[in-house]
Amino acid sequence: MYFIQTLVNGLLLGGYYALIGIGMTMILGIVKLTNLAHGEFVIIGAYMAAVVTSALGIDPILSLVITVPLMFLIGFVLQYVLIGNAMKKGPEPALLVTFGLSIIIMDALRLIFTVNEQSISTPYSTKTFTVLGINISVLNLVLFAISIVSILLLTMFLSRSYVGRAIRATADDAEAAALSGVNIKKVYAIAMGVSMASAAVAGLCIGMKSTFNPTSGGAYLSTAFVVVVIGGMGSIPGTLIAGIVFGLAQVIGGASYGQLISYVMLLLVLVIRPRGILGK
Amino acid sequence: MSDVLLTIEKLSVMYGDFIAVEEASLTVDEGQIVSLIGLNGAGKTTLMSAVMGLHKPASGKVVFNGKDITSAHTDRIVAQGLSLIPQGGRCFNRMSVQDNLLMGSFPKTARKGAKETLAHIYELFPVLKEKMRDPAGSLSGGQRQMVAIGRALMARPKCLIFDEISLGLSPAVIKDIYHRIRTINELDKTAVILIEQDTRRALRMSDSFYVMLKGRTVLSGKSDEVDAETLKDAYFGI
Repeated sequence: MYFIQTLVNGLLLGGYYALIGIGMTMILGIVKLTNLAHGEFVIIGAYMAAVVTSALGIDPILSLVITVPLMFLIGFVLQYVLIGNAMKKGPEPALLVTFGLSIIIMDALRLIFTVNEQSISTPYSTKTFTVLGINISVLNLVLFAISIVSILLLTMFLSRSYVGRAIRATADDAEAAALSGVNIKKVYAIAMGVSMASAAVAGLCIGMKSTFNPTSGGAYLSTAFVVVVIGGMGSIPGTLIAGIVFGLAQVIGGASYGQLISYVMLLLVLVIRPRGILGK
Repeated sequence: MSDVLLTIEKLSVMYGDFIAVEEASLTVDEGQIVSLIGLNGAGKTTLMSAVMGLHKPASGKVVFNGKDITSAHTDRIVAQGLSLIPQGGRCFNRMSVQDNLLMGSFPKTARKGAKETLAHIYELFPVLKEKMRDPAGSLSGGQRQMVAIGRALMARPKCLIFDEISLGLSPAVIKDIYHRIRTINELDKTAVILIEQDTRRALRMSDSFYVMLKGRTVLSGKSDEVDAETLKDAYFGI
């Protein structure tokens, strides 16, 4: 019974961890950029959700209606105006720009919100129910549902729409995509917008699950990084599997060994299968 | 005399200090097949890449369908009706054949009626319909070229540039592909530019020809009137 309980807990958390990594894997796979500011992007999402929720007095999940489009817009502009221009000079300047962005965002958040811990409270944050002798946390179930729906929507967007198809084509061969009539700079900006929108959702989940402060981003960047590498950089199904693996490691290892187990797994994947589980 | 579709006027392209293309000029009439021949490294691909906006030309002018497209963005040029099939086809290997073809109808002008165009392309290349769900990377070299041609046709171009379409293909496949290029030219009145190293095949296919040597267009004329000796001299720069 303990085994099944652990499996269920790990699985439920898996979606949540995959959601944290998915925005980063997209940018790595499409724009070919390691976005070192992804952790801070997620934390911006958390703060935005907290502000909107308390200002409007609505259910935290409803705040997504405002934060997702807003974050998309910020991501689009950041890539189009700032990161895209740095990329013209090569991958290293762009990497440094994202590193600089992470520091700027961290300090800006500190100025606006102070260093105090914040969280987004929900009526069901401590509720649980029992199915066949297995305890299920309502919060974890909600986070799992949010994550799976987001990842499904993202997958459908990428596989069905004209823009989604153009994003995949650009990831495959940017010049050939340009020759098919795609504006590459715009596609990169859209990809960053979508990545940022996913960070809005991930941020909300983080705020609902635990406390956060302006410097929390680093921890989530490393979570995202582990999930991205284990999953095979750029693969969405791989990220989901990696998220579940990461979730299981956290549940089995607990607070003391969870991180250790996931980093050992990261090392093992890098040694045995550097392309990641579902990498190409 | 039909109307002029594409004019390249004294176009020069630099790679740093190296002059890759020097004042090259070329004209394509509507519905015409033009071949661009020359040795490896003569600047044929660079010239056409510059026309497509993939390289910035240092000087010169490109006019397509009455509009100045010099230094325009590639996606704008494609939307105007000028498409290039790059060397090796460059399919999106991880995407299905159908998704590759649909990518070709990305320009807004091509999206309306994309279904009809797709049906037309499956008629032209029945084998692609059989393999529509397979990833393009799993196809043979000749089939991948067909995907690339189909993808370019989805934009319903007025002019198609083929960059060494026969490279690495077997003679039978080359013959088949050239036969289809002829069909495309005759059915849709699509003008065609063939970048080729096989001079004889290029001349047999085309209405007029241009020879490039060391970045310059050194000889041009009607394909059926050229004298073998003159051509050889221009080709090798003797």
